[in-house]
Amino acid sequence: MRNNTVVLSRRALLATGTAAAMLTAFPHHAEAALSEAQARTLVDALVADINQVIASGKSEQAMFTEFARIFGRYSDVPTIARYTLGADARRASPAQMAAFTKEFQRYISVKYGKRFREFIGGQIEVQGAKAVKSFIEVKSLAKLRGQAPFEVTFLVSDKGGRPLFFNLFIEGINMLLTERTEIGAMLDRRKGSIDGLIQDLKTAG
Amino acid sequence: MSISDKVLRPVKVFCTATLGVGLLSGCSVPGPGGAPDGIHDPYEGSNRRAHAFNRELDRTIVNPVAQGYGKAVDDDLKTVVNNVATNLRTPGVMVNNLLQGDLGGFGKNLYRVVINSTLGIGGLFDPAAEISDVNLVEADFGMTLARWGAPEGAYLELPLLGPSTERDAVGRFVDLFTNPLFFILDPPERYSGIVAQAFDRVGDREQFSDTIDSVLYDSADSYAQTRLIYLQNRRFEVGGDDEDQYSDPYEDPYAQ
Repeated sequence: MRNNTVVLSRRALLATGTAAAMLTAFPHHAEAALSEAQARTLVDALVADINQVIASGKSEQAMFTEFARIFGRYSDVPTIARYTLGADARRASPAQMAAFTKEFQRYISVKYGKRFREFIGGQIEVQGAKAVKSFIEVKSLAKLRGQAPFEVTFLVSDKGGRPLFFNLFIEGINMLLTERTEIGAMLDRRKGSIDGLIQDLKTAG
Repeated sequence: MSISDKVLRPVKVFCTATLGVGLLSGCSVPGPGGAPDGIHDPYEGSNRRAHAFNRELDRTIVNPVAQGYGKAVDDDLKTVVNNVATNLRTPGVMVNNLLQGDLGGFGKNLYRVVINSTLGIGGLFDPAAEISDVNLVEADFGMTLARWGAPEGAYLELPLLGPSTERDAVGRFVDLFTNPLFFILDPPERYSGIVAQAFDRVGDREQFSDTIDSVLYDSADSYAQTRLIYLQNRRFEVGGDDEDQYSDPYEDPYAQ
């Protein structure tokens, strides 16, 4: 449904080619900040997709494919990838950055797909959203079999062009920081070679 | 000053005195710039040796046992084991709720013990959570020390026991004695809680095996990953807030 609207407005844009159409298609693009409701809508959809995969009873491999798709759709992978590379991102060439981002997306999807796969038999419930700094924090509760419920927090921003999550906290464990440590260790193992890191990333996760 | 503070103050004074001020102030505190990324790890060398030992122990014994247990025992029974273990350790948690002045948490946990020990047939089931949605309010002596203002101290990885800090290591030791059941029950019942918890831990090793394997065996530096994950999770449990950690990758894209 949402996709249809986007396609239609793009078509309208192409058809009329006027600035007016551009304004109606993206009325708040420039000035309006992301609202709590928009962020919550994103996480609601994300959580619904995750819950659906968890409940689907598909094979492990099929689930990873699904999670990779979910990660690509709902998260700002380029921003996450650049942050985890840290200061070393400054000396990476555009080609290296592109290759790193691509491999990072596969790696992070598999890795966090495994985390979510452990939620089988349970489910995630969105609790609420609030604005913090320049982004929105959406809190949810994961209820797993035989475990006390625990908190999963998503941080959502639209600075990547549309509402996307850029960090998640599972019981306080921060994805950006954890992955920056891991990518840093992988880079150290390759004595700082970014190409070496990209090579290793292909089989990691 | 709230009522709980009034109650707490003499308790604090008493406990600090009994424990020995030396124990608490003995926690090492980082000097300026001594804790990059909030990690204070002056014992890294011996910690890494303990980590290598723990990893080998997991690879050769703990994980194979956990996988066997996971296959042999069905999910419902694992839940029962978890329920029994939780119910038996709850009195110790309640002592810490009180020491922290958390009367609300104490009340919830008391309700849980009463309901689960009766309706839940001696703690086999967890009707308190399933019917009335009252979950355990976690507390341990490491958290109690934090609430009393003891510094976290240096990071430690303990042989057999795993990741900890100076403060949490003291807490773990004291918690051997905070569960009243330990003094009320005679052997062998005295050890029922410990046995149930051991089985529960083994079950967790299996349930979360993908995540644990990924940290211990797939990471480029499993020691650094374990350390970071433990400290983040522990600070979250103690402080209960993610917000301190909210860096903004759009403003600080290179993570300075």
